[in-house]
Amino acid sequence: EKDVAPDSRLLRRVREAALQTENLSPFINMKSSTSLTDFFLALAICNTVLVSTATEPRQRVTVPPPIKPSGITLEKIHQIFQRLKLASLSQSFSSSQSSSELGASFSAKNTEEHLAALDCCDNDNDCCAGGRDDKLQGKDSMDIGNASLDEVFKSVTNSSLPTDFCYEAESPDEAALVYAAQAYSFTLVSRTPEQVTVRLPQGTLLTFDILYTLGFDSVRKRMSVVVRHPLTKEIVVYTKGADSVVMDLLEDSAKADISGEKRMKRIKEKTQKHLDYYARDGLRTLCIAKKVLNEDDFRKWANFRREAEAAIDNRDELLMETAQNLETKLTLLGATGIEDRLQDGVPDTIAALREAGIQIWVLTGDKQETAVNIAYSCKLLDQRDTVFTINTENKETCESLLNLTLEEVRKNYEAEKTQRKFFGIIPTSFSASEAPSPEFGLVIDGRTLNIIFQGNLEDKFLELTKYCRSVLCCRSTPLQKSMVVKLVRRQLKVMTLSIGDGANDVSMIQAADVGIGISGQEGMQAVMASDFAISRFKHLKKLLLVHGHWCYSRLAKMVIYFFYKNVSYVNLLFWYQFFCGFSGGTMIDYWQMIFFNLFFTSVPPLLFGVLDRDVSAETLLDLPELYKSGQNSEIYKLSTFLLTMLDAFYQSLICFFVPYLMYEDSDIDVFSFGNPINTISLLTILLHQALEMKTWTLFQLVAMIGSVVFYLVFSLIYNATCVVCNPPTNPYWIMEKQLSEPTFYLLCLITPVIALLPRFFIFALRGTFGASLILKAQQLDKLPKGQRDLEIQKLRSRKQTTGVPVASPASNYDLDQNVSHLCVSPFLHPAAAAVSHEDTESQEHSASEANPLGKLRLEEGYYFFNKWAEEGSTATASSAGPSSGHYPLVPNRLATPGQYGGKLTKSKDKFNHGSHRRSVSAVTL
Amino acid sequence: QIDYTGTEPSSPCNKCLNVSWDSTPPCTCTINFTLEHSFESNVFMYYGLSNFYQNHRRYVKSRDDSQLNGDNSSLLNPSKECEPYRTNEDKPIAPCGAIANSMFNDTLELYRIENDTRTPITLIKKGIAWWTDKNVKFRNPTGDGNNLTALFQGTTKPINWPKPVYMLDSEPDNNGFINEDFIVWMRTAALPTFRKLYRLIERKNNLQPTLQAGKYSLDIAYNYPVHSFDGRKRMILSTISWMGGKNPFLGIAYITVGSICFFLGVVLLIIHHKYGNRNTSADIPN
Repeated sequence: EKDVAPDSRLLRRVREAALQTENLSPFINMKSSTSLTDFFLALAICNTVLVSTATEPRQRVTVPPPIKPSGITLEKIHQIFQRLKLASLSQSFSSSQSSSELGASFSAKNTEEHLAALDCCDNDNDCCAGGRDDKLQGKDSMDIGNASLDEVFKSVTNSSLPTDFCYEAESPDEAALVYAAQAYSFTLVSRTPEQVTVRLPQGTLLTFDILYTLGFDSVRKRMSVVVRHPLTKEIVVYTKGADSVVMDLLEDSAKADISGEKRMKRIKEKTQKHLDYYARDGLRTLCIAKKVLNEDDFRKWANFRREAEAAIDNRDELLMETAQNLETKLTLLGATGIEDRLQDGVPDTIAALREAGIQIWVLTGDKQETAVNIAYSCKLLDQRDTVFTINTENKETCESLLNLTLEEVRKNYEAEKTQRKFFGIIPTSFSASEAPSPEFGLVIDGRTLNIIFQGNLEDKFLELTKYCRSVLCCRSTPLQKSMVVKLVRRQLKVMTLSIGDGANDVSMIQAADVGIGISGQEGMQAVMASDFAISRFKHLKKLLLVHGHWCYSRLAKMVIYFFYKNVSYVNLLFWYQFFCGFSGGTMIDYWQMIFFNLFFTSVPPLLFGVLDRDVSAETLLDLPELYKSGQNSEIYKLSTFLLTMLDAFYQSLICFFVPYLMYEDSDIDVFSFGNPINTISLLTILLHQALEMKTWTLFQLVAMIGSVVFYLVFSLIYNATCVVCNPPTNPYWIMEKQLSEPTFYLLCLITPVIALLPRFFIFALRGTFGASLILKAQQLDKLPKGQRDLEIQKLRSRKQTTGVPVASPASNYDLDQNVSHLCVSPFLHPAAAAVSHEDTESQEHSASEANPLGKLRLEEGYYFFNKWAEEGSTATASSAGPSSGHYPLVPNRLATPGQYGGKLTKSKDKFNHGSHRRSVSAVTL
Repeated sequence: QIDYTGTEPSSPCNKCLNVSWDSTPPCTCTINFTLEHSFESNVFMYYGLSNFYQNHRRYVKSRDDSQLNGDNSSLLNPSKECEPYRTNEDKPIAPCGAIANSMFNDTLELYRIENDTRTPITLIKKGIAWWTDKNVKFRNPTGDGNNLTALFQGTTKPINWPKPVYMLDSEPDNNGFINEDFIVWMRTAALPTFRKLYRLIERKNNLQPTLQAGKYSLDIAYNYPVHSFDGRKRMILSTISWMGGKNPFLGIAYITVGSICFFLGVVLLIIHHKYGNRNTSADIPN
């Protein structure tokens, strides 16, 4: 997180610039150098970061040791940087290469806990020109450069970190920026409410007086600091904020001369391009700007501000107004991109959850490009997916867009369905090699969401999302997040789970059925609002697939078992009513009856409900489809319930009437009749549970045997000691008497056998014919480890040969009830920024291409069209078909995206036994 | 097993059917019967009642174990559970309650008829109750001396009884609460059709069977009314094996279940052989 690998060239130039500032008098304004210095000063100053040193007790334990003595790490970062640079350079030549490179770099970065971020700072033509030269050189002599650059990095790292400053920031992003500045030798040394000290690369300490701090808020989306420069005595406003906001506040260059205006324009354009580029790489972008105030203006403003602060009415509005007054006519210093690193195992987890039939939505506040990119990198969207993007501010457009998309998607699915039928009739035409058709992804932004909510378009939206494999909502506010969750929960009648780590996810977490907080750097609000807290996103996989599955199967089985237990026991008393004149008499002593549920048969079911594992954790993780048993309520459903009730009736019949027939027309007395029935019933109920139970540990065994032993011991003692107790009647000496009779033992032996025989027989049949995945998994569990892995591989590969897409059919057809929705918000791990001076000249976009993503993929053989742009609306929809070559995806007209739908083929079979066999037969034929 | 209820007009006991239960002297009748087989070992003589719900909830409750256990305070102040058979004419009933009140009071005597001579068969009336009941659970009230009449001073007999509890038997160790007929009756039957042990017939010597095949006659002092609730009365002679009474059910059950288990085992074996290796790697395509 703190390891910031500075870009060498930029570093060099920073050094030079700093040197210049020192050598030449500070009053001489060297434009490029000061803006560079300013930029880093702003990075270091414009925040609310608290400084503490390693020796101070303030330091939090969670802060990792600042120095990571690993040359390898540095080297790795360095390589990544090189690659990134290379990627950007080569983008114009070959985009496919770039994307693959990008992918590689992302995966490589996952290995370490830090950052890579880019920064652009092109204030000047010269800068850019120099940068370009540098880059070209770097490209030519990459190998030569490696070693020397490494040295530079090391020296920098070592020199800049001798004093171990620990920064505590409100958000990790802020800290990341400070660390980035530190990497360029602009070290934030101390901060008090009045002053902030920064050490410059030369080692001089600059102490700025902080005049005002305008804190960050989500409306303004920026923060500012007003400081007095110690050397120039200028009053400077540094503003840091979301690019969209800051860009609008930049100084009008009208008053400047024409060349200046041109330059400013170009800078702005270029910066915007950089920003787009960062966003596409999944970086979180910020703009840094500054403004120099003269003394008078400042004093004026300060008065306003003071008034606003002192105001009683409308204080908030006034404060806001003053802040807005100040933050105008800014000069752009640069932009930063902070990589929000994916945590370990996010793509893996998402893939597994998908396989488990969970629909995943991402609700994020990031901008669209960032979000889409992250979605790609975490395998939420596949390169083959068709992605619909809906951005609009107009209700009508939005509605028509939704309609059109919906139509197209439906066409696609109908085509698939007919294909399915076709295959059903003539199985020989089934070909296992056919790849699945593209899934659909939907990208929607906050404004569009607003329109959907306001314009009663929810139904259409949800209808559309039903067909989509994943949905991305970007730029959404916390309120919108929770509204989306509520909408999905209410309208689709599904179980929703929200997971997030930030304070802005709290509302969403609370709105969902299950809220999960990730404890991390963004504070504890999410955790405190959540039902479950985990430390890593990847743990969600285990939480859902293993513990979720266990929890469901345990609960379901235990509930059924409890029903069974009570029905079968109380029924005994019911049968007895036929023989005691329906008088409500019981043949079992009251105490033994009370203790039956309380002690004799209480611990084993509890253990069963707490400890039972129907399938081992490893198998559950290896076969995510097992999770579907919970979604489809496969264990606790009406038929199971009825069957169990039937079984309970049968068992109680047996438990009553076998002793009845045995003791019919004999001199048996009431309690002597009830005693064997009670004992038999106890044995039957416990043995029934033994049949149900899948995990046998010492606990369960002890509990089970202990229950029987306890029953016997209790009965013996109770029946021996209770001569006149418990009036009016008691079972004195009955247990003892019966234990001395062989009939009792013979009864206890045969009755449970008869009672459990049907269930046992059905279990045995199911074990042999068992088609359910759970049973199969249970059988896999019994195999030795190596063999088990092998079998799982086979099972999975078999599934793939049948061509079932990873996100399984359940999510497409049975969506209404079965699929859980998972709303994910930042499962990201913010990492610090490295600053590099990137050259964008080589990356030539044509402005007409609204969606840079589309361009990227155009060269990869994906088809991209921009239909809505033609209609003159603001919306864009990009669609990418598979490039695999199986499908001739060449629509005749750009405007009819649905046309190729009919050509898509898809072998979509539920993952079940039947389909296996079919595929097998097809192959053997 | 002889039914002597006497509902059929041909039955010798038919005449007693409508005789009042407390008539003195009691109505008597004699039933002759023939034993086809001789009884080799000890014979148990039961009386059986049908349609008699001794297990009715309120009936079962209507007793006072403390009183029966010889508790003096309970003797004079029986438990409320005994209502309405708790007191009679302001005197506590001993033994109180409905169970005791309805005690079976027919007298059965067995005669062997040989050449028109009736030889009475010795019926042993002790040893028919559980040992623990006789010695632990049921006790006469304690007090000075062994005079039961004095000990039961201040109590009255149950309403339906012809004589008080201390006159049930002549032998002191079978009188009062520890009278075994009484104890047997107090162990309420579980089912509406039940039998209770009445007497034992012990084998006299090793040479002769206990009861030889032949003609017997049963003399009944018909006191107990069952006609009002459509009940039946029976006398049963039976022997007992090591397994208890004669009931073939358990044997049948074991044989049946055993066969079913065997059958299912075979079926499962066949199924397993035919389809069992389905889940192994047999059907994986290459």
